[in-house]
Amino acid sequence: MTKPLARPKRKDPLKKTRLPLLPAGMRSRTAHGLTAAAAEGRFQLQVCADCAQVVYPPRDACPRCLSHRLPFRDADNRGTLLAETTIRTSTDVYFRERMPWRIGTVALDAGPSIVAHLHGDLREGERTRLQLKLDKSGQAIVMALPAEDTPDMHDDPQWRELTCDPKYRRVLITDGRTAVGQAMAEALSQAGAAIVFVGIADPWKPFPGEDRLRKIERVETVALDLTDTLSVNECAGEFAPKIDILINTAEHVRAGGIIERKGLTVTREELEIRYFGLTRLAQAFGPVLRARGADGVNSAAAFVNLLSVYALANWPAYGAFSAAEAACLSAAQSLRAELRPGGVKVLNVFFGPLETEWYQTVQPPKVAPSALARATVSALQQGLEDVFVGDVAEDIRARLAVNAKALERELGS
Amino acid sequence: MASVKSSPADLAAFAGAIAAGEIEVVDLTHTLTPEFPTIVMPPELGQCAPFRMEEVSRYDERGPAWYWNNFSMGEHTGTHFDAPVHWISGKDLPRNSVDTIAPADFIAPAVVIDISRQSAADPDYELTVADIEAWEKEHGRIPPRRWALLRTDWSKRQGRDYVNMRDDGQHSPGPCPEAVRFLVEQRDLHGLGTETIGTDAGQAFHFNPPYPAHYYMHGKGRYGLQCLANLDRLPPVGAVVLAAPLKIRRGSGSPLRVLALVPRAGEAA
Repeated sequence: MTKPLARPKRKDPLKKTRLPLLPAGMRSRTAHGLTAAAAEGRFQLQVCADCAQVVYPPRDACPRCLSHRLPFRDADNRGTLLAETTIRTSTDVYFRERMPWRIGTVALDAGPSIVAHLHGDLREGERTRLQLKLDKSGQAIVMALPAEDTPDMHDDPQWRELTCDPKYRRVLITDGRTAVGQAMAEALSQAGAAIVFVGIADPWKPFPGEDRLRKIERVETVALDLTDTLSVNECAGEFAPKIDILINTAEHVRAGGIIERKGLTVTREELEIRYFGLTRLAQAFGPVLRARGADGVNSAAAFVNLLSVYALANWPAYGAFSAAEAACLSAAQSLRAELRPGGVKVLNVFFGPLETEWYQTVQPPKVAPSALARATVSALQQGLEDVFVGDVAEDIRARLAVNAKALERELGS
Repeated sequence: MASVKSSPADLAAFAGAIAAGEIEVVDLTHTLTPEFPTIVMPPELGQCAPFRMEEVSRYDERGPAWYWNNFSMGEHTGTHFDAPVHWISGKDLPRNSVDTIAPADFIAPAVVIDISRQSAADPDYELTVADIEAWEKEHGRIPPRRWALLRTDWSKRQGRDYVNMRDDGQHSPGPCPEAVRFLVEQRDLHGLGTETIGTDAGQAFHFNPPYPAHYYMHGKGRYGLQCLANLDRLPPVGAVVLAAPLKIRRGSGSPLRVLALVPRAGEAA
């Protein structure tokens, strides 16, 4: 049985903060098929297109028929733990700090045997389900879980090393004026976050939901205006050392293409709030997040970007908006590489139109802010890097993978 | 007003009086900060940009021996000047933008009408013609080409109380349409200065015409000053206001430093 996590004590100010370390990170290009699956929480292995052999570890040719056609496909993740071992010492500094560490050999029902990290509730001989996870260096590893959920299983230390669970972590939600920001505050509070800081810009302007927001348990509002560098720097100066998960909920949704924007006033606003806002957050909070990636139970864990799925493919009806979202996506990719040395994940949450005022004229399906918030919490609990919320987001992603040019024409017609 | 022949000695005496503190210089300007509220428009309309500042360098690798900033804002951000071209009623007037207004217009005497007591009791208080006539009974008829500065003590409010937004809009004092017409047509006013975010009352969209201070003032080529501070430090008559906007080509207004010269003796002119 997993020992439930204790709420961490306040940090001893005489102790040095340990610097983040990473496990070995090299993978072959082919092996990144596993990284891609792990990033989205899928269990995929190579399946030979010619002889149907399931292959692990990733290879460039099928070990049975030598075919080079080895695409990654969703695979059955069930198996049996054949043998386990507990590593008590290591020459690797990352693992040395985390001893003891359990690993074992799992015989997958689909065929191959896999050396996997073991959840504490799994014992030799038992049935197991495997998950692909991203480790601190951003590479895919295999984790073996008990066949059924066990109490407090998310608190297992080896598991928590791979996730960004909000439990007992301190969260900053950057914009609490919006329905999404408020739903996010609610969801993070319910997920057991120790404190949910919620940024409020222009406090002189009342906003809907204000009273309710302030009543959510463990929510504390702070002055934060993402369009104002001084404000972001000041907020970071005061709070950055105790932010473990940053969720950027700032939004600026306006319809219209590039030509329809008369002048740059609105375009500038959308970039100020979205791209420059993200940049300001990254510059102000990024260095401290990166330094605190191994700071105990409430170590820095994630930087979350809420992105329109039209960041991936422009929707000309919201063309200028899509372009600003694309800028944010590109920045998020850079940020991912920049935060990785600290073992801090960048989670991109993609979604289509929302059930909010600025999508009033858009036909359903639309994503409710509460659904978006739940999906974000779930992605953090699983330690994902990319998540697609709702039918539109999944549809756009699927169509993009099949034929990007066709999608461009379809979105523009 | 008696005509005065001025000599270099007059100006020297004037400068000397300022240096000696016989003429006090009162700063009527709010500090430009990112937090200072701007006028609120419905979100689907264009918005006035708030004040923002980006450090270019601060004795560091971006510029080793110097500190400087880039800043951005709207023409109507912070303590600012409204030119006639700002409003549709003044759009075709000659010399109606900040770059073409006669420079002499940037220096003019001011009268201060105090409605702070009424505004404290009623945030939607409207200055009436009767208020102006009552003021004149005490201080004399308002001479031509005066700034009328409307003291409401609104500048002493902060944040939410200053803007005073409710679900039916902003609530702050200002002149009623008849009062503006009276000042412009009967008193040949130079311009109207207020402590609130606009020269008009918070609810002036619902007046007829909407935003009468903007409509009548700018329609006659006169000026506006808003977000003023320290009006409580000015005498009802006798102050001279220096309000020179930035020389922006075809600019509709500009943030600026507004100074009032006040003879320390108090009553004058």
